[in-house]
Amino acid sequence: MARADLMAAAARHRAALAAAALLVFPLLMPFKAIAVNILVQGLFAVGFNLLYGYLGLLSFGHAALLGSGAYACGIVLVRFGWPWWAALAAGPLGGMAIAAAIGALAIRTRGIYFAMVTLALAQCLYFIAYQATGWTGGENGLRGVNIAAIRLAGLRIDLVDPLHRYYFVAVFVIAALFALSRILASPFGAVMEAVRENEARARACGYDIRTTRWLAFVLSGGFCGLAGALQAIHLGIVPVETLYYTTSGLVVMMTLLGGAGTFFGPFIGAGLFGMLEELVSLWTVHWQLVVGVVFVACVLFFPRGVWGTLLAGRGR
Amino acid sequence: MSGLTPDLLAMQAFTGLALGAVYVLLATGMSLIFGMLTVVNFAHGAFYMLGAYLGLAVLGLTGNFWLALLLAPLAVAALGMLAERTLIRRLYGRGIDYPLLLTFGLAYIIVELVRIVFGTQDLPFDTPDALTGAADIGIGFFPLYRLFVIGVTALVLLALWLFLERTPYGLIVRVGARDPEIVRILGIDIARVWLVVFGIGTGIAGLAGLLAAPLQGASPEMGNSILAEAFVVTVVGGMGSLLGAVAAGLLVGVVVSLTALVAPEMAQVAIFALMAVVLLLRPQGFFGRAGLMS
Amino acid sequence: MLRPAPPSAQLTRRTLLASAAGAAALARVSILRADEPTIKVGFPVPLTGPYATEAQDQVRCAELAIAEFNEGGGLGGRRAELLARDDKLNPGEAATRTLELIEKDHADFIVGSLSASVQLAVNNVCKQRNVLYNSISQSDQIDALPDWSPVTFHEALTPHMTAGAVGRYAFSTFGKRVVFLSADYAYGAEMVAGFRAAGAPLGIEVLADLKHPLGTTDFSTLLPRIAALKPDVLCLSNFGRDQQIAVRQATDFGLKRTTRIVIPVMLYTARVAAGPHAYEGVVGGTSYYWGIESSVPSARAFNDRYRRAYGNKVPSDYGALGYAGVRAVLAGAKAAGSTETAKVAAALSGMRYDFYKGPETYRPCDHQAVQSLFIIGSKSKDMANAYDVFEVIATDPADEAALQSCAAEGHAS
Repeated sequence: MARADLMAAAARHRAALAAAALLVFPLLMPFKAIAVNILVQGLFAVGFNLLYGYLGLLSFGHAALLGSGAYACGIVLVRFGWPWWAALAAGPLGGMAIAAAIGALAIRTRGIYFAMVTLALAQCLYFIAYQATGWTGGENGLRGVNIAAIRLAGLRIDLVDPLHRYYFVAVFVIAALFALSRILASPFGAVMEAVRENEARARACGYDIRTTRWLAFVLSGGFCGLAGALQAIHLGIVPVETLYYTTSGLVVMMTLLGGAGTFFGPFIGAGLFGMLEELVSLWTVHWQLVVGVVFVACVLFFPRGVWGTLLAGRGR
Repeated sequence: MSGLTPDLLAMQAFTGLALGAVYVLLATGMSLIFGMLTVVNFAHGAFYMLGAYLGLAVLGLTGNFWLALLLAPLAVAALGMLAERTLIRRLYGRGIDYPLLLTFGLAYIIVELVRIVFGTQDLPFDTPDALTGAADIGIGFFPLYRLFVIGVTALVLLALWLFLERTPYGLIVRVGARDPEIVRILGIDIARVWLVVFGIGTGIAGLAGLLAAPLQGASPEMGNSILAEAFVVTVVGGMGSLLGAVAAGLLVGVVVSLTALVAPEMAQVAIFALMAVVLLLRPQGFFGRAGLMS
Repeated sequence: MLRPAPPSAQLTRRTLLASAAGAAALARVSILRADEPTIKVGFPVPLTGPYATEAQDQVRCAELAIAEFNEGGGLGGRRAELLARDDKLNPGEAATRTLELIEKDHADFIVGSLSASVQLAVNNVCKQRNVLYNSISQSDQIDALPDWSPVTFHEALTPHMTAGAVGRYAFSTFGKRVVFLSADYAYGAEMVAGFRAAGAPLGIEVLADLKHPLGTTDFSTLLPRIAALKPDVLCLSNFGRDQQIAVRQATDFGLKRTTRIVIPVMLYTARVAAGPHAYEGVVGGTSYYWGIESSVPSARAFNDRYRRAYGNKVPSDYGALGYAGVRAVLAGAKAAGSTETAKVAAALSGMRYDFYKGPETYRPCDHQAVQSLFIIGSKSKDMANAYDVFEVIATDPADEAALQSCAAEGHAS
């Protein structure tokens, strides 16, 4: 009984819990840069999960949303010299704009075809970015996304300092998680769930399925775009590979690994994936073999993802 | 572009058909597996790559290309069946996400094992002596080996068609793809049908890899890029449709080839642009059944 | 080639770590003795992926430079240590690894990379943190503003130098009717620009300038067209696997009957892997070929050192760059008597050295290594052993005139 209460409280304050976890997280990691990578990938997976986990739409083109956020932030910073806060805001806006366009086309299709249309459109965007060297740097990537130090409310934040950089990124990721928590608890969140569970009934209840899907896609673009912008600032570059389809594949895998449709799952998937790659590549160049085996084992033995399986085990 | 003669245009189209042959082989296997098992096989590229390496191994042991042509696809089919039996079978009926993730992991494993056994470097694969040189096909000279690839592809497709349409076993496969329940009620071991279909699909992928090896050598990553292209072909043709796989494979080959005349650097994106257009106009692909996998 | 490589030749992360651990143990001893930290050289290279062969040879060669430095007494007793990291040939991963090297390992210098985009990513991280970086792969852009910084050094050749030397040789030897086929990225475009710059005074006629996507595995859609043009020279500006496949398929399409194939960077490892047949008659350029030891004493010394350490094998071209890149920064530290970035950079700028291929110098304005370049042809007969794959046809001596001008790169002087 007490445990059930505890679980309920945890679910209610999930964003706060995540915030607490993220604040101590860098102390557990071998170095800060990998911790920031996991933050960014985790946010990316959270954005993907909004569409896949809560609406059941499997997109294979989410690289386009991460990439457009990264490029939007990088380009206004490098080419136009915007201040850091405006560049950071350009990330989610860029992600949402591209999501609005891709979503408008893709929501006409369903299932595996939805995945393929999003993949195709994302690949077209990759090609455009690859060719537009004047804006994006092309295959060489966009360099010089460098923000040295910023002053905020009397605080001096030095983004070259690894710990400052981690907490800077973490603040935005935590804010995004709070926003997501609110969205999921809102009437719109309920509609999304209704559409996933039973589309016909949701339609009969008078909900506009297409608009719901499109809005979820755009929101997803906002989260992924913010992740892209944070990644650009963290690494100082935007590699064109950000837009490549392997990035889309990666986010699917991280989300499934952690547990799709759960609040923390995608984040945990991103963290596990990052640490697994990090630790295994320390002792063998054949890290891909271990990663492959872990994936296969996860699918066979933890089909709900690591976090999803833990939750199910607790619920029993 | 200077020198754009009708002959060159015809040659370009023909080159596209030859290029499409390898796509057709890969997409046929993928489509067969998908239509029958509703498994989106992300390891298809890895089986393709295995075909090249096992062919190389047979060639190294015997020095006989024809033996490699026979044995390598069979060996890949056997490995494919092993994977189906031990791993993929546990996931039937769990939707498309899980087999997708599993085959994704499986591809990692296969590629890395090949790296461990054969090394990370590309290995040369010599064109068999009987097939080197070029033949005059009326519009110009064309490498003999590429003509051979077209011939083998046509033969395989013919054999597959005969198997599916003219044998009792093929009938079971076709029915099983539409309604596995019926097959089971009839007292037929559907699991064995699945096993065989997965073997055929991966075996054809292995054959495609072996055929591609003399054109580009063998490398552990050779399956990665072609996997994306094979997906496009499968989807454009309509998932689960063999006729669609053939038509779309040849179409994609020709589109790539003609794109190369105007803007070669756009060859890869042209494939994806084609897919986007086709799917937006006809979401189930050329010959796909509407509603499948929605 | 079907057998797995013998364990001695296979460089795993574990042996790397073992040697690093060994160095660390030694370092601890020296800490006790001299109370001085080791000099750490971060070395991000693609240990896995398509260029793993080249990258692992780079690590082997870099270890030689470290050992040589330590044998020579280090920097007043301070020993050096190599920290090799896998950048997976991905700029994002490379940036992360460089951050790890700088922020966690406190590397004194960064040397490495095997692609243009990766080196620009590494350079961006280094310059923001004022850490000296010596790049060992080709790029024009890294020498030019805005990428270049006062702590950026470039030991490798540039496309401008490479294509220039190869072009001058090829156009005057084989003919003036030229087709360019290049991979569609900066490397390809920079090579073509270099060829055009070298060819303009010679009056070349460009019949076609074709680009193919990076990672193309089938060139059949382009080759009939090129064959129909019957050029004297086909300049193939791509790299690695793209290059091997293009050469092989050009041979299949009978292009060699009318045309000489010219490759700006002809890789030793690629030629060894592809075999003599595909590369027959192909001419290209290289920064280093072990065979120059017959006339260059420093090359013989380097090769012998490599042979002693690694079972009588010979170093590859890109591997040798790993040696030179690491040895240069350590020599700079020695000359400066310090590992401080500004002092070492000042010592390196304009430094004259001969480590492995004859005299070199870092040009003061952009820190580009002015160096010789070798025009080589692929051997298909009379090969003395498995390593005897090229013949040196001509040598382009180290000359600043071969470089892009400082002004063109945006530098003041």
